[in-house]
Amino acid sequence: MNDALRRAAPIVVVLAATIVVWYAAAVAMNLSAAQALAGTGAGPGAVARAAWSLDRPLLPAPHQIAQTLFTGVFTEPVTSPRSLVYHAAVTAGTALLGFGLALVLGIALAVAIVGTRTLDRSLMPWVIASQTIPVLAIAPMVVVVLGNIGLSGILPKALIAGWLSFFPITTAMVTGLRAPDRMQFDLMRTYNAGNRDVFMQLRWPASMGFLFAGVKVAATLALVGAIVAELPTGAQAGLGARLLAGSYYGQTLQIWAALVMAALLTLLAVGATDAAQRVLVARRGGRL
Amino acid sequence: MIIATIVLAVSVAAGCAGLIALAARDGRAYAIAAPLLFGALLLWCWEVVCLGFGVPRVLLPAPSGIAQAFVANLPTLWADFVQTVIRAVVPGYLIGCGAGYLTAIALDRSAFLRRGFLPLAGLLGAMPIVGIAPIMVMWFGFDWPSKAAVAAVMTFFPMLINTVAGLSTTGALERDLMRSYGASYWQTLLKLRLPAALPYVFIALKLNFTLALIGAIVAEFFGTPIVGMGFRISTEAARLDLDVVWAEIALAALTGSACFAALALLERAVLFWHPSFQKFALSKP
Repeated sequence: MNDALRRAAPIVVVLAATIVVWYAAAVAMNLSAAQALAGTGAGPGAVARAAWSLDRPLLPAPHQIAQTLFTGVFTEPVTSPRSLVYHAAVTAGTALLGFGLALVLGIALAVAIVGTRTLDRSLMPWVIASQTIPVLAIAPMVVVVLGNIGLSGILPKALIAGWLSFFPITTAMVTGLRAPDRMQFDLMRTYNAGNRDVFMQLRWPASMGFLFAGVKVAATLALVGAIVAELPTGAQAGLGARLLAGSYYGQTLQIWAALVMAALLTLLAVGATDAAQRVLVARRGGRL
Repeated sequence: MIIATIVLAVSVAAGCAGLIALAARDGRAYAIAAPLLFGALLLWCWEVVCLGFGVPRVLLPAPSGIAQAFVANLPTLWADFVQTVIRAVVPGYLIGCGAGYLTAIALDRSAFLRRGFLPLAGLLGAMPIVGIAPIMVMWFGFDWPSKAAVAAVMTFFPMLINTVAGLSTTGALERDLMRSYGASYWQTLLKLRLPAALPYVFIALKLNFTLALIGAIVAEFFGTPIVGMGFRISTEAARLDLDVVWAEIALAALTGSACFAALALLERAVLFWHPSFQKFALSKP
């Protein structure tokens, strides 16, 4: 308990300081609008209160964001396009589908790369080089082109999310499948184990720790991909569409609420990964 | 159609045979030749499929068409490059990386602040930060400053986290040695810990350039003057002018890879003394 307190104390202090600075910054950034709202000759207290309750503040106060988030999540019916739960579900569904594709293809490709020297030498450099390409830039084109051939809806967006999250999974699995050292391979040889057994009994179990590290990065990237892929679809549904619509109409509160919702989704994804990892660790007797 | 199928089959077979032959040999030249051949084979097959099977240009332009569009639109591409990379990405990248580096050194002085900030920085770093693009556009306007701001925020956290990790890599033995020399905190920092942190800093530097490029391009989707790589990609895609879109993507890819390669060369030049760059370094057991 004492240990937890000692670890939490600095975080709480930093968080509290951030909130104080945030409120001060909200007054500073919204000063002119707040003065207009409070009227001439209003005291500093009235101006501050006005700055923290503007409809379209340049920087909303934390409680305004919390309020918008609360109405968006709890008061609106889930099917309404004003409900943040609805938009978050659209984004999460896209990200999940993309992530699933990336997981299957990423692992398959990693297995192929580790198993075939030709692929390792010729394809792996390209997998790594593909990371220096700003893939998100092609999102609008993918959506438009696939829309052209009649593919619209979730699939184009999921492809972008999947493409982004595919890389960390592949590299993590390639590293993981190669993680066992020579002595362990030699031991398998003394057991007269075939390629299949070496893979199932040694390489695959050894790669799991790496896989989860990659999955944690990939889950976040899948969400980023899903959000950005929603931008060119013309702001219909999803957190990205929410951001774009908020940007068009200057609805800052809506933007911030969507951002916080995206952050919560990320936390959920990382938490789910952690939980899955814990289940696996428990099933394997406390080790990964 | 039949000819195209035959050409495709022959080139795939020949290419695969070549790849297998190249990959079977050891040596640096072969290690470079294999991926190059793979890339060339891919481009060739793309070209053959596009031309031979008459794939419509609005679906997938052939590499030759993209190359033509690249040359024909050089002035536009250059203007977009200047707007997005020179004006937005580079300043944002420098500001974000610089701020992350300095913050890490500042946090290094206080264990309390480090314990308070680092978990939050790690959390924020894992968030979809590109989402702040509309806010930055609102704060800094449509032109490049808002794009630079997104790039700066996106590059800040990886640099901060990596530098902090790098600063903690020096062992007790090395620090004791510095103490026995009577070195002050700053001397230890400058002569031992910052150089030892460099490999981590370079990881962040290499990763961050692509991040900055992504941040700037995505921020352009939220509003820009009528120039810039992100603007061009989204408008030309809407007009189904895919040659230009692909040319722009090729430019973005070239920029990203060229900067990565330049940073890798710089790393090699700066870190020649580091064990990971020594020719006869002890290999992993």
